[in-house]
Amino acid sequence: MDPLRKIELEDMEAISLGGAFLGTGGGGDPYIGKLMAEQAIRDSGPVDVIDVDTLDDDALVVPVAMMGAPTVMLEKLPRGTEAIAALEALQLSLGRKADAIFCIEAGGLNSTIPIAVAASVGLPIVDGDGMGRAFPELQMVSMTMHGISACPMVISDEKGNALALNTVDNLSTEKFARVITVEMGGAALIALYPMTGAEAKRAILRGSMSLIHSIGTIINSEQRANRNPAIALADKLNGVRLFEGRVKDVQRATQGGFARGTCQIEGLGPFEGEDLTLRFQNEFLLAETDSGPRAMTPDLICLLDLENGQPITTEQIRYGFRVIVFALPADPQWRTEAGIDLVGPRYFGYDFDYRPLEALNQ
Amino acid sequence: MYRIGVDVGGTNTDAVVIEGKTILAAAKSPTTEDVMTGVIDSLKKVIDETGLDKSKVSAVMIGTTHFTNAVVERRHLSKTAAVRLCLPAAQCLPPMVDWPEDIRDEVGNIYWMAKGGYEFDGREISGLDEDELTGIAREIGEKGIKSVAVCSVFSPVNDDMERKAMEIMAKVLPEADFTLSSEIGRLGILERENAAIMNASLRELSHKTVGAFARALESVGLTCPYFITQNDGTLMSTEFVQSYPVLTFASGPTNSMRGASFLSGEQNAIVVDVGGTSTDVGALIKGFPRPASTTVDVGGVRTNFRMPDVYSIALGGGTKIQTDPLKIGPQSVGYRIFEEGLLFGGNQLTTTDVAVGLGLADIGDAAPAKALGEETLTEIKAEIDQMILNAVERMRVSPDPIPVLAVGGGSILIPDMVGDLPVIRPEHFAVANAVGAAIGQISGEVDRIFSLDGLTREEALAAARKEATDKAIAAGAKPESIELLDQEDVPLAYLPGNATRIRLKVVGDLDG
Repeated sequence: MDPLRKIELEDMEAISLGGAFLGTGGGGDPYIGKLMAEQAIRDSGPVDVIDVDTLDDDALVVPVAMMGAPTVMLEKLPRGTEAIAALEALQLSLGRKADAIFCIEAGGLNSTIPIAVAASVGLPIVDGDGMGRAFPELQMVSMTMHGISACPMVISDEKGNALALNTVDNLSTEKFARVITVEMGGAALIALYPMTGAEAKRAILRGSMSLIHSIGTIINSEQRANRNPAIALADKLNGVRLFEGRVKDVQRATQGGFARGTCQIEGLGPFEGEDLTLRFQNEFLLAETDSGPRAMTPDLICLLDLENGQPITTEQIRYGFRVIVFALPADPQWRTEAGIDLVGPRYFGYDFDYRPLEALNQ
Repeated sequence: MYRIGVDVGGTNTDAVVIEGKTILAAAKSPTTEDVMTGVIDSLKKVIDETGLDKSKVSAVMIGTTHFTNAVVERRHLSKTAAVRLCLPAAQCLPPMVDWPEDIRDEVGNIYWMAKGGYEFDGREISGLDEDELTGIAREIGEKGIKSVAVCSVFSPVNDDMERKAMEIMAKVLPEADFTLSSEIGRLGILERENAAIMNASLRELSHKTVGAFARALESVGLTCPYFITQNDGTLMSTEFVQSYPVLTFASGPTNSMRGASFLSGEQNAIVVDVGGTSTDVGALIKGFPRPASTTVDVGGVRTNFRMPDVYSIALGGGTKIQTDPLKIGPQSVGYRIFEEGLLFGGNQLTTTDVAVGLGLADIGDAAPAKALGEETLTEIKAEIDQMILNAVERMRVSPDPIPVLAVGGGSILIPDMVGDLPVIRPEHFAVANAVGAAIGQISGEVDRIFSLDGLTREEALAAARKEATDKAIAAGAKPESIELLDQEDVPLAYLPGNATRIRLKVVGDLDG
């Protein structure tokens, strides 16, 4: 996989598609973020993508993101200055300027928003992220495992409100910020997890921007050649085509503010006669058959349209869809004890000990 | 009493006369550039065929793709002013930001963003500023623009600001047509605003077209009321279509599916419409097409108003076949089948040749196809059957064994069973579109977010149903005939207060 060194206007299509794939069913439609990034690149030029190792140890890296309900942001579009205002307020409280922008979530809407910010403020973006996919809560990042505080964090809205948070731990940051987000209209922009270059080198998941871009490029070029991208993706990403089949039931419910549900898939072709059940909470988190689990969070479970390889979200999925269930190993950082505590099956209420994808599919 | 259904398609204008459940006459004429002539021709044909007493025609229902074609071909679009009520939010992406350049230029790319808009829970982002809107209206007037699209943030939750803004601007622009986004689209501001702007740009054409239909009916001596069919298979009055031309955008496939339902008597089914180059598959629920849940592109512009969920595959009566290795489509000879198809003395093996070779249809010369041998033909047909099966399975809504309705000129390709589903081939399948228009009903719809704090789910659903029923009655439905067609509530992730989005639709018979 070639590293991505610059994000030009024409790269945004692939990045948005790759972001939808790594959204693992959630994270929101990257479309609005894509339009924002395209606009910013048109106005201010392309964005440099840098390897974290090229940063000075005392450099300042600042992630920016949207927080809240993607559905809200698709209706109440941002003013466009919120994330920059959050970044500036954070810089003010730290007494120094940021040297690079960072993306905390490689999947969904948040895969594209930091690019818009980086273009507007003329800073490079680090080739990496904090999740390697989409997760629903802001403490669910690799930085938490490295003892990096989400705070000081600034959360800002279109009216010019910019609230600084200083909390005792990252889970508390999530809880307080969630309440503020609602008061701000259900979606807000945030700057958080300010890190030094040295901390970033230690903590981040590397190569995410390149990965998103190359996933999108593979999906695009395979679709154009009328091939299902799943084969090329499995080959290039060390992934597993877990299952192919037809959705025969989808059940949804809202519990604790999350869209939870299950999706049953009836096997087709080589999987005829088998069933697979997906469990989701915004994102797909668990895939299991009668004989037991086949993939579980934090490993990535992605659903692709069997016909054209387009990523399918947990909101779109319904009876009759013919799909490929595709799984990718999570970053090794997630597979540590600290990682499993943060985003493993038990955190989401599934009664399983985490076992890696490779072990479940020997 | 009789009803006449007319379908103005890209190629043909069809007309049917129905009385109750009976088709009395059906006719086809070529569609003409002025639309009117084609309508007159087909109306004359059906009237002459039946010797109809014109005074006994209660209504004429017209389905048309005229407005869709105007957008696709970028013709007859008026310069339009877009006014978004949003400030200080939503400035990052201006109206029409994601439109193809050619249509954006055609419509003028003229917009303002002003104070206003709501939060998801109904709080104001900022109040309307009357002076600001008056100033904008003056500028619109100075530019000589006659059509205005108004779109406020979260107007599907509360449309007050859009209405108020229209009133303020109409004082300065008494002649202008206003389109309010809340009356057309759903949540998702860019898509809803796009639909509103497109609608505004079609208003002038709509006035002209409705006038042309009126003159066509008049010239054949029909004095009854007439209606235009909309995307969901229900009817719009002429005043309504003059205000909301975009609501006709997908009426073609909808009428075909509704017609198939009427002709077969089946309410819940999968409809497979096989044309010359492609096959459209849709699902009927209680006689109406299931709506698409995602965005739909019209002429390259993303919109989100209600369209039927139609899945299309490149398989039609003229689809080209290679035998070694076997490859079906995606290219098709289309209407050139009469020169290029083997059965008509051409050199190209098509799907119709295979059907004829296997004795499924009796047209043209079967000999060249038969020369391929039964085994090869059977193998190709099995592949065609599989393509149809996959498309049908994709659109199926439940494991229930509902029937497959086969319509369209190429429907001989559809096997008698699609998987475990039986196939029904209704009579008059070639004019299913016009039949679908003739049977249109009146609907009322609600789609917005309800907060379930202090309200049970049942109370919220009842409130939504009351609202939809009132809308249907206002649109001309007989109150006692109104029934619930579709209801769906989706809890919204991340939002507290049990925010839930309710979509609900009722339909009723046309009064009179």
